[in-house]
Amino acid sequence: MPTGFSTQALLQQLVLGLYNGSFYALLSLGLAIIFGLLNVINFAHGAFYMLGAFVSWGLLHYAGLGYWSSLVLAPLIVGAFGVLLERTMLQRLYRLDPLYSLLLTFGLALILQGLFQLKFGSSGEGYEVPAALQGGKDLGFMTLPIYRAWVMGISLVVCLATWYVTERTKLGSYLRAATENPGLVQAFGVNVPRMVTVTYGLGVALAAFAGVLAAPIQQVSPDMGSDLIIVVFAVVVIGGMGSIMGSIVSGFALGLIEGLTKVFYPAAYTTVVFALMALVLLVRPAGLFGKAQ
Amino acid sequence: MLTNLPRQIALTLCAAALCSAACKKTEGQEGKGGATPGSGAAPAGGGGSNKVVIGVLTDMSGPYADLAGKGSVIAAQLAVDEVGGTVAGMAIEVTSADHQNKPEVGSNVAREWYDTKNVDVIVDVPTSSVALAVSGLTKDKNKVFLASGPGSSDLTGKACSPNTVHWTYDTWALANATGREIVKAGGDTWFFLAADYAFGASLEKEVTKVVEASGGKVLGDVKHPLKTADFSSFLLQAQSSKAKIVGLANAGADTVNAIKQAAEFGIVSKGQKLAGLLVFISDVNALGLQAAQGLILSESFYWDRDDGTREFAKKFADKAGGAMPTMVQAGVYSSVKHYLKAVAELKSAKDGKAVVAKMEATPTDDVAFGKGTIDGNGRKRHAMYVYEVKTPAESKAKWDYYKLIREVPADQAFNAPGNTECTLLKK
Repeated sequence: MPTGFSTQALLQQLVLGLYNGSFYALLSLGLAIIFGLLNVINFAHGAFYMLGAFVSWGLLHYAGLGYWSSLVLAPLIVGAFGVLLERTMLQRLYRLDPLYSLLLTFGLALILQGLFQLKFGSSGEGYEVPAALQGGKDLGFMTLPIYRAWVMGISLVVCLATWYVTERTKLGSYLRAATENPGLVQAFGVNVPRMVTVTYGLGVALAAFAGVLAAPIQQVSPDMGSDLIIVVFAVVVIGGMGSIMGSIVSGFALGLIEGLTKVFYPAAYTTVVFALMALVLLVRPAGLFGKAQ
Repeated sequence: MLTNLPRQIALTLCAAALCSAACKKTEGQEGKGGATPGSGAAPAGGGGSNKVVIGVLTDMSGPYADLAGKGSVIAAQLAVDEVGGTVAGMAIEVTSADHQNKPEVGSNVAREWYDTKNVDVIVDVPTSSVALAVSGLTKDKNKVFLASGPGSSDLTGKACSPNTVHWTYDTWALANATGREIVKAGGDTWFFLAADYAFGASLEKEVTKVVEASGGKVLGDVKHPLKTADFSSFLLQAQSSKAKIVGLANAGADTVNAIKQAAEFGIVSKGQKLAGLLVFISDVNALGLQAAQGLILSESFYWDRDDGTREFAKKFADKAGGAMPTMVQAGVYSSVKHYLKAVAELKSAKDGKAVVAKMEATPTDDVAFGKGTIDGNGRKRHAMYVYEVKTPAESKAKWDYYKLIREVPADQAFNAPGNTECTLLKK
């Protein structure tokens, strides 16, 4: 029984939808980048998100390093772990059908999740909101926790920066060129395998970054990523695989739509994204921002 | 190449879904094998009928894994070890599996256990929807179901069974302990956040009855799916309802996240109160006292209640890596002990109905729950305790979390069998 479809409720859900959309955007962006260059459907993305949150918790718990250091360190650590995985395992599968790398990353996700379950149990660990971002601001129609505002802001900045680097810089143009024709780019003297490795690390680091952002809001628990990742895949499909701007825009947009569903019919909010995905696939099989070639 | 990508994704998603189902299945089977006990008293070549097999069916990896899960297997094993691993000359075996909180997975495991693995009794089964399915199946097969984890009072109400004993707590008891306590303290308008399955609905219904009977009003509710990570929109709806009490009719990780996020939106600092209608000590431990202090909750077991509970808790913690038992895990221990007592007297575990009848005819007594009885509808009767979570300053040690507010005596803690919809008693 919703409390009426007032403008107040609507505004509240729009703001909260943007907050959830921040996570969808950050995660689908990483997936889109990895898919664009490596043609790998990275099912371990949710596990890297979870790792980001746990590393952040671990840095505080074992090393006494707070939120702000974690924001930089955790993505670096998890990104390095991603690079290691790419070098030792994923790289061997590029010549095979994408299904193999999907199964590999899916298996890795299950293993990581299982190990953390074993060590930390299902209730997980708590992480406090950093002192500087505690409290809330009264917007009239709702109290917006400052931390959530920060998450929305920083996610948007990171998303746009990533978009800028890939679409507007020379490095980005190499990246896009390598996506189209790796052999030719290699012939121009660009070290494509290294670029691939770094790209994977970057995508993984984005997931870990999202994990650090999520830690103070929800319990840091082993299955926090597995629930999220399926929705994020739907977001990527809706936005158009490999489209950077597509994944950012559809990430935020789907957060909004989900938020609205929570007002009008809460029980359906977990399925609304998939209904949309089915619809988009029927009407525009390449996704909203994908280029049909 | 780009055109068939979405199709590829859709295909691989399906593949992954299939794979995940398959992987989970093996996981469960592994669990079953892995938890076989080291009670080396099994007679050689004894065969299936010369054993009593206890199946712990629980949530091993989901939101309820810490309040039941492995700890429930440890608790069952403790009860078995205390009787020396045998009963009436039969070896006792403990096996376990993960039901993933899905009724169809739970009933499949239960069916397989009863049909091919000679399991005589299934214990625990958190998640009411799974428990209701297992209870029906247990009746059909004339085995025994000792429910510790689930909450729905329907198990001894309209879905009661001569083969089921509901041990630790139920939604009626929670409503009449926590709910009544809060209404008494002036909380007369409520808004519910309820988990969208049998348990959430049952708990909301029972608390609503208590609230309305004492002149209070329910202003609204939201049903949320199991395992919700972000409660913010639901919390805002609760906030704008202006209800004095926000009732959390959920459990485990859901409750923990809801309580955490309520603080963010200033629910409590703006004058509303949270009522955790089912909060386990594992949840309080996960939340930390800073976030959980002041919560009113009800339990039928707290490790630091008396010498008996402390003795049991110590044994448990030694095997569980220092974690104190939850009331669900203590209930597994207590129910298995009483079950074995009945089997010892009957000298057989084969007729489930007869075993449950014997259990009902025998008064219960163990270190964790003290003395008690079992009603004719299968409802185990003992006291419930209303606690308040201590402040960080009040807590003297790790796991020192509760102070007692009120004891609800056994005769008032659970619904009178005559007032339930159970038809077993009307014969």
